[in-house]
Amino acid sequence: MMARRPTDILAGAYALAIYTFIFLPVAVLVLFSLQATLFPVPPFTGPSLKWYQAVLTDERLTGALANSLIVATISSFLSVLLGFLAAYGLARFTLPAGRAVRALMTAPLSVSYLVIGMGLLILLNAIGMPKSLSSAGLGHVVINLPLCFAILYSQMGQHQANIERAARDLGASEWQVLVLVTAPMLWPALFASFFLSMTFSWDEFVIAFLLTRFETTLPVEIWALLRSGLNPKTNAIGSLVFIVSIVLVVVLEAVVLRRRR
Amino acid sequence: MTEPLVRIANVRKRFGRETALDNVSLEFARGAFTVLLGPSGSGKTTLLNVLGGFLEPDDGEVVIDGQDMRGLPPAVRPTTTVFQDYALFPHMTVGANVGFGLRMRGDGRTARDEKAREALKLVGLEEAFGRRPHQLSGGQRQRVALARALVVEPKVLLLDEPLGALDLKLRRQMQDELKILQKRIGTTFVHVTHDQEEAMALADTIVVMNRGRIEDAGTPERVYAHPASYFTAGFMGEVTSFGGETLGGGLVATPVGRVRITGAAAAGQRVRLALRPEAMTIGPAGPGSQSLGDLRVAEVVFQGASKRILGKLGPASAPIPAIVRADAASSVSEGDVLPVSMLPGALLVYPEAE
Repeated sequence: MMARRPTDILAGAYALAIYTFIFLPVAVLVLFSLQATLFPVPPFTGPSLKWYQAVLTDERLTGALANSLIVATISSFLSVLLGFLAAYGLARFTLPAGRAVRALMTAPLSVSYLVIGMGLLILLNAIGMPKSLSSAGLGHVVINLPLCFAILYSQMGQHQANIERAARDLGASEWQVLVLVTAPMLWPALFASFFLSMTFSWDEFVIAFLLTRFETTLPVEIWALLRSGLNPKTNAIGSLVFIVSIVLVVVLEAVVLRRRR
Repeated sequence: MTEPLVRIANVRKRFGRETALDNVSLEFARGAFTVLLGPSGSGKTTLLNVLGGFLEPDDGEVVIDGQDMRGLPPAVRPTTTVFQDYALFPHMTVGANVGFGLRMRGDGRTARDEKAREALKLVGLEEAFGRRPHQLSGGQRQRVALARALVVEPKVLLLDEPLGALDLKLRRQMQDELKILQKRIGTTFVHVTHDQEEAMALADTIVVMNRGRIEDAGTPERVYAHPASYFTAGFMGEVTSFGGETLGGGLVATPVGRVRITGAAAAGQRVRLALRPEAMTIGPAGPGSQSLGDLRVAEVVFQGASKRILGKLGPASAPIPAIVRADAASSVSEGDVLPVSMLPGALLVYPEAE
C-alpha cells in the first residue's frame, strides 16, 4: 500500500466538507420529517411516520402534488415535442436567418425565471387569460423548450442526416422519416430532455407562484404551508419532493448512461 | 440490348461559384459495373447524388430506363444507394434494416422478413438477422447496407465509396465479393471511388473525372494502357513524363533524345510524353526498342514481386524524375548509372497543356 500523503488527506477532508455542506440540510430535513413530536428541532424523538400520514391525508397537499405531476408531464411533453420539431427544422433545412432563429430559440435559457414569469403574467393579463395551472404549464414550456431544443439539436449531426437520407432513398416519406427513423434514433436524447424538463418543472416555484391562483402546484403549496411556521409536516412534504426528484434523476441516469455504453 | 439503361446528357451543377459538374454526358449499359474514379472535388460524388435524386442538376437530363428523372425525389427513383458510412438504422435489427425498403413499399411482415433473409444470405450474413448494427464489424455493416439497398431490386445500385472506411485487406476482399455479387444478380452498379486499383479490379467501364469533367471513359485495360488524357495517365498509375517537340515523320525531340511515336503529328508542336514503369527496361536498347539514355538510380524499393526504381533521366541540368519497374531478382542499387530503353509503342503522347 502506498502511504497516504498529507495532500491526499487534505483533499479527502475537503471533499467531505463539500458533500456535508450540500447534503446536510437535506439529511436534517429528512431526519426531522420522522420526528414524533410537534417541532422539527433537536432532540430527535422519532422515528415516526405520522407526519407522512398527515401529508398524505391532507387533500390540499395531495391535490397540489397531483397538479405538479400533471403540469410537469404535460409541459415536458410539449417542450420535447416542440423542441424536437424545431431542432429538426433548423438542423435539416437551410432557412432564412437560420442562425438568428437558433440563437433566439435558446436565448430564454439566459433569462431569469422571475422575468419570464412577470412577462407572462403581464401578457396573460393583457389578453385576458386567467391565472391557472395551464398558464403555469405554459411558463414551464417557455423555460424548458430552449433546453430540449439545445439537447436535440446537438444530436442531429451529419451522420444522422445521412441515415435519414438512406430512409428517403428506400421510399420513406418525410413523415415516415420523422416517425420511423429520426425520433427512434434520437430516443436517448428525447428521453433525457423529457426527464430533465420534468425535474425542472417539478420544483419550479416563481413562475408557478405568479401564474396560478386557486389550484396550484406543490412548491407553491409548500410555500403557503411554510408561512404558518415550521412543523414536521413541511419536512415530510419536502422529503417527498426530494425523493421524487431523486427518482427522476436516477431513471434518467440509468436509461441514458446505460445507452451510452 | 443496345439501348443504355442510364443516359446522362449535358448535366451541369454549380455550388455557388464552384462548378461541380461541367457538361457531363454519359451512358451506362444494362447490367454493367461502372466506376466513377477521380480525386476529391472531381465531381464524382455529385454525379452519383444527381443520379440518386439527392441533388437536382442545374441543367441537363438524366434518363433511367426510358424515364426522365427530372424532379423525382430519391424515394420514387429506381435507384438505391450504399453510403460510405453505411447509414444503417441504429435502433432497428439487421433484419428490420434490410426489410425497411420493403416495408415502405407496403409488403407484409412475413414477406419482407423472408426477402430480408434471402438478401442477407446473398451477402453471407444470414445469421445476423436478429442482431443490431452496433454488434457488427465494419465489413459486416457494409454487407448489411448492400443487402438493404439490393432487396428492393433497384434498376441501378449506387455505391458511394462503400469500401472507403475498411482496412486494406478487407477492402480487397470486399472488392472481389462485390464483383462476384454483381455478376450473379446482374444489377447495374455505379460505384464511386478515388482508388484506381479498386476501380480497375471492379469496373467493366471506368469513368475518370477531374474538375467536374469526364477525362476518359473505357475499359480498365484501355484506360490504363492508353489513357485519353495526360491527367488520366497520371491518375491511373505511375508515369515518367517529359516534354518534347514534334519533328514530323513520327519523331519527337526530347531531353532523352529523339524518340519515335506512333501516329502522325505535324512538325513543331509541343507535346507531353508519358511512360508506365513497366514500359521501360533496364539495359541497352535491343532490336525494336528505343534508348532513353542513362538512369541515375536514387532509390530502390523492394515490393516482393518486383523492384520499384526511382531515379533521374536526361541531362543533369534538367533531370527528369523517372520510375522504372525491374525484376525482383535484378541487382540494382542506389547510385548506379544504367542504360534504360523503352518498349516500342508504349509511349503515351498528349498535346502540351497551355
